[in-house]
Amino acid sequence: MLLSRKNILSTKELKKQDINQILDTADSFKEISTRAIKKVPTLRGKTIINLFFEPSTRTRTSFEIAGKRLSADVINISGSSSSTVKGESLIDTARNLEAMNPDILVVRHKNSGAPALLSQFVDSPVINAGDGSHEHPSQALLDLLTIRSQKGELEGLRVAIVGDIRHSRVARSNIQAMQTMGIKVSVVGPPPLIPSEFNSLGVDVSHNLREVIKNVDVVMVLRIQLERQKQGLLSSLREYSNYFCLTSEILDKARKDILIIHPGPVNRGVEISLDVMESKHSLILDQVTNGVAIRMALFYLLLGEKNANPN
Amino acid sequence: MRTLIKNGHVIDPANNIDGSFDISINKGKIEAVLPKDKSSGPEIKDTKVIDARECVVAPGFCDMHVHFREPGHEYKETIETGSISAAAGGFSTVAVMPNTLPVNDNRSVTELILSQAKKTSLVNIFPIGAITNGLKGETLSDMGELKESGCIGYSDDGKPVMNSELMRRALEYSRMFELPCIQHSEVLDLTFGGSMNEGIVSTELGLKGMPVEAEDIMVFRDICLLHKTGGRLHVAHISSGGAVDLVRQANAKGLPVTCEVAPHHFTLTEEACRNYDTNTKMSPPLRTQKDIEMIKEGLRDGTIDIIATDHAPHDVADKQVEFDNACFGIVGLETALPLTLKLVDEKVISLQKAIDLLTQQPCRIFNLDKGTLGVGKDADIVVFNPNTKYTIDPKKFKSRSKNSPYKGWKVRGKVRHTFVAGNSVYSAPND
Repeated sequence: MLLSRKNILSTKELKKQDINQILDTADSFKEISTRAIKKVPTLRGKTIINLFFEPSTRTRTSFEIAGKRLSADVINISGSSSSTVKGESLIDTARNLEAMNPDILVVRHKNSGAPALLSQFVDSPVINAGDGSHEHPSQALLDLLTIRSQKGELEGLRVAIVGDIRHSRVARSNIQAMQTMGIKVSVVGPPPLIPSEFNSLGVDVSHNLREVIKNVDVVMVLRIQLERQKQGLLSSLREYSNYFCLTSEILDKARKDILIIHPGPVNRGVEISLDVMESKHSLILDQVTNGVAIRMALFYLLLGEKNANPN
Repeated sequence: MRTLIKNGHVIDPANNIDGSFDISINKGKIEAVLPKDKSSGPEIKDTKVIDARECVVAPGFCDMHVHFREPGHEYKETIETGSISAAAGGFSTVAVMPNTLPVNDNRSVTELILSQAKKTSLVNIFPIGAITNGLKGETLSDMGELKESGCIGYSDDGKPVMNSELMRRALEYSRMFELPCIQHSEVLDLTFGGSMNEGIVSTELGLKGMPVEAEDIMVFRDICLLHKTGGRLHVAHISSGGAVDLVRQANAKGLPVTCEVAPHHFTLTEEACRNYDTNTKMSPPLRTQKDIEMIKEGLRDGTIDIIATDHAPHDVADKQVEFDNACFGIVGLETALPLTLKLVDEKVISLQKAIDLLTQQPCRIFNLDKGTLGVGKDADIVVFNPNTKYTIDPKKFKSRSKNSPYKGWKVRGKVRHTFVAGNSVYSAPND
């Protein structure tokens, strides 16, 4: 069975069966990365282009390794988004790449909606690897895989997302995907970082981490950026940390089996303390490992199982 | 040679005419408006007869808010191409905003626009001069000179006059010339970096929003300033229901405030932005259904004085980009009539009122001797069939730019003929 979508632009447009299929496929791929020879011939002869208009280490490397473990040819292009006529260059770039017959385009861009725009000009499938404050679907999928690996089931879990919800594409993708999978989501942070409209997305909004932590199975901590202070959205990182840094003192109020995830990169001591980050509850490195499996699964499913064999 | 427009349903709010009349045009002027039977007979020799059966015959429409991009951005639109678009939409008169390059903030630019209009335009062109030099919001333009060279109002449209002191002085000084100040009402601190209405849709799309309060606060500030200054304020392209309420309250106090609404602000909401279609990006942005209901109430009770299109042509290169980077604005001249007739279909306003909003009312606010079929006046006339159904296809627009979100809309109401000073400037292709 193939996915219901040609492109992976958002988790909002993924159905429950799509997500289950992606997670199941990723589970079956995990083992490849533990072999001595970490390569299968599944996508031999396929070309994947990583088109990153915004700096990224983790995500780009993860997509690249995923492609290579499936024997695809992976090309990395980092576009500059500093030109004033970015739109022209985006579409021109897309058309030029398309002319070289790639099989998949992986796109990261600082503007929300850029991968969707690009997908209108190319025939090959497009994977959104993060667009502005919009979505980062492969991150949400690897988060779900990480949680499912520990909890077995997703349905009925309660998850708190803590931090800069306003600007977070990871939060948006997770809210949509988690709700599709029957997870109850709370978002936690100071009001300037949580627009009131999040209420209408069906999540609980809270400004009190100490209370919310008592009743959740998973807490997802988001990176806080210093520039939010200049925008008047934060008073200071110090004050932010006083209320929202996940410390062992706060963790004491949580369920004993609480899981901690973070999409990275981490600001140690700002949104999460070092000891909590390294505690047994933390799955931050599992997320990175699972990221490769999720991206292998996306490549495999988008290029069609009929052409390939998972082993 | 005479022209006789026969068998039409004449609606001329300026003269309280609503019925079956024939209109005789001679030497560019309205010669007579005659009851149907009186104009027939063998004596009509040397007369061109236009059969307006099933059509409404009205004063040519007047759009007090268009951007024709000349001088400076002729690749988007020129006075000539804009005027062809206007004529196709039934407009015989337009007022062009000063955000050209260079800005129309002095006599030489006004005179250039008028001389280009004289050479190339099919319709009457009235320039609007800048409130501040270069639209920079720093110093007042020479409002007297602008008026003497032909400007009919003042505006920094595209930008608000942010400085309250300067806006106060503009309202004071413009009083001397008896012309309105037209404000693009937007508090820029609240909308910085925004590209659509702030709300549920912007939150989901991850786009920076432009909150409705940015419009309300500016409208309220300007109304406050009016008390002492005695100037006249015209609120451009009102999009917020709250701002309509503010104008209503100001009118109740007898303050000289008028306002306009663009058809996209009573036919589309922020939901239209969902697929990142940059043809839904405009300033002020598409708002919510609640705003539309309040705008319709404002049209119903007369708070909203006129309909103006904010015709803002942009080339595909300026629109086929990331939503954040796209230019604001849509073309509007060739969709204004069918979109306005939707208000009639929905019984928000009568057909007579719709025509009033497009003819007599704009001319009242801007003190133009237009928008009437009075005998002896310029023969600026539109003939349209209100029942012709068709599907909007932006590719067929006469405007140089095709940036419209109405592609594929099934509408009714089509212009058959437009006359300016007795000359036919547009006839629908099948005639």
